[in-house]
Amino acid sequence: MSNEESSTPESASSKLFDLRVLIGGLFTVYGVVLTIVGILASEAALAKAAGININLWMGLGMLALGVFFLFWWRLRPLQRDVPPSD
Amino acid sequence: MALLASQTLSLDLNVLDYGILAVYFALVVTIGLLAKRAIATSEDFFLSGRSLPAWVTGIAFVSANLGAIEILGMAANGAQYGMSTVHFYWIGAVPAMVFLGLVMMPFYYGSGVRSVPEYLRRRFNRPTHLFNALTFATSSVLIAGVNLFALGIVLQATLGWPLWAAIVVSALFVLVYITLGGLSGAIYNEVLQFFIIIAGLIPILVVGLKSVGGWSGLEKAVAKTDLGANSFSTWQGTGIPWSNALGDWVGIVFGLGFVLSFGYWTTNFAEVQRALSAKDMNAAQRTPLIGAFPKIFIPFLTIIPGLVALALVPKLGKSDSLPYNDAIPLMMNQLLPNGALGIAMAGLLAAFMAGMAANVSSFNTVFTYDIWQEYIRPGRPDGYYLRVGRVVTVLGVLIGIVTAFIASGYGNIMEYIQMLFSFFNAPLFATFIIAMFWKRVSPMSGIAGLAAGTAGAAAFHFWAFNLSYFYPGGVIDPAHATINAQMVNFYAAIMAFLVDAVVTVIVTYMGKPKPVEELAGLVWGIPDPSAPDPSTVPKPVWWQSPKLLGFGALALTAGLSLVFL
Repeated sequence: MSNEESSTPESASSKLFDLRVLIGGLFTVYGVVLTIVGILASEAALAKAAGININLWMGLGMLALGVFFLFWWRLRPLQRDVPPSD
Repeated sequence: MALLASQTLSLDLNVLDYGILAVYFALVVTIGLLAKRAIATSEDFFLSGRSLPAWVTGIAFVSANLGAIEILGMAANGAQYGMSTVHFYWIGAVPAMVFLGLVMMPFYYGSGVRSVPEYLRRRFNRPTHLFNALTFATSSVLIAGVNLFALGIVLQATLGWPLWAAIVVSALFVLVYITLGGLSGAIYNEVLQFFIIIAGLIPILVVGLKSVGGWSGLEKAVAKTDLGANSFSTWQGTGIPWSNALGDWVGIVFGLGFVLSFGYWTTNFAEVQRALSAKDMNAAQRTPLIGAFPKIFIPFLTIIPGLVALALVPKLGKSDSLPYNDAIPLMMNQLLPNGALGIAMAGLLAAFMAGMAANVSSFNTVFTYDIWQEYIRPGRPDGYYLRVGRVVTVLGVLIGIVTAFIASGYGNIMEYIQMLFSFFNAPLFATFIIAMFWKRVSPMSGIAGLAAGTAGAAAFHFWAFNLSYFYPGGVIDPAHATINAQMVNFYAAIMAFLVDAVVTVIVTYMGKPKPVEELAGLVWGIPDPSAPDPSTVPKPVWWQSPKLLGFGALALTAGLSLVFL
């Protein structure tokens, strides 16, 4: 039960989107791009990073994080807390 | 020569890096546009409608403090002071974050206050409230402007943009996403920024360590620099008399670890606001506790790259053209190939925006609720304050831009102003902690304690110039150039705390306490009669227990402190 003034509109906070989709999408895209760049890495790029194929490793890491967020979002979608009826 | 060429900061971004940046900035604006749909009331705009899950507010809590000035500054401290810099994290943040979550959050969240100044108004009186609201609002927009200026400098050095264009363009991005999306826009972007910043810093750490020959190679290389072999010990030289660059253990433990750290993390509204936007009490309590875990590990991503920079570029910090603050951009330039470079650059720019947005989004809340609604135009419908909030956000960004331009012309003035505001912050924790645990504390003692503590901090600063103890080796430098400024800062905070506490107690005994019914929910031992019965609140599952998270963070910090003793 709400006893607030009638002039106060209802909160629209339940319309807020789920951030996990955005993080998941961005990191998946970045991950795929960097992985491809890493596979095609030039000798100069490898030499600059002390012999580590840093783009490949970063790409795989970001891809893993992106996929994790997308899975989390799919497996446990947002549940709006329904207040107990009184 | 390759070595000389790599010491410039001008980054070689290619199409790939610019593509990465463009995608990121498009997403930043998209978050603002999407978050706008969830705003119908002023509380939706200023506090995200108190609806966010704990993992979001927890990451935003740490991210709001992870501005670029913090990242570049801590890497610089790493190169200048060595591993002692972890004191700013393990002593200077984690215990206070745990205290906020376990002890203080029930008062903030449970009492339903919308801001930290509002707590002071209900616990004390309007003068205390106005004093805190005005100093907080002013310092927030100034810090936002300082962030903006620092961002302009980095864009100028790395991408060759004109300073004014860099300042205006980046301010516009922040303006768009927080005017549209309110606090939700700011917080969602902070969470995204957190992951991008970490993704940008990890490759610098990994490639940096590999290129100096691993941890032992780093130790050997740093031992040859002026910093010396002791730079890997955190407490070396903190005895009395001191030789550590951060001074003695009294200043570090009590000044930094107790007064300054607890004052910042538990009373700074830019931080507490993130917890107030959480969806329930358990999520609010867990906000700073979840934030504490990344905070424990962030020093490895800032201090070690700073030390690597010193090892690879021994001239770092030895000349004006190569300041310690350039450590991270230098390493990006020297170690990261295109692609990784774009991500790191996105992280750096994201961090600048985080530093600015957190300050503007707390400024607009305090200005609208605590100044405009309380003193200037009370009693209007909610939609009016929502509109005021948006206008104030635009004004806040504009003042930030003006501040940035002033800072670009008169850098010293900004330093003095920031020092001035540090005096206002120093006594805050004394007032809060006494007021939360002692119901006798009278309304007037709030403003009296804060004002006296501020004056105490300022007076100590000027007195310390004449104390030989604060100079390395105990030799006074008439020009004050060699004085240990960090240590003076820590001791001035201790002074502010003591003066505030003494004055608060004296003024309390001179006046009448507040009626007990007005203190319900605000003070330890006086429960709010309208609060829900604790037995009806569902018990969280074991991994959501605030006590488990809080003591877990403390144990982890203690363990790491022993490793790096």
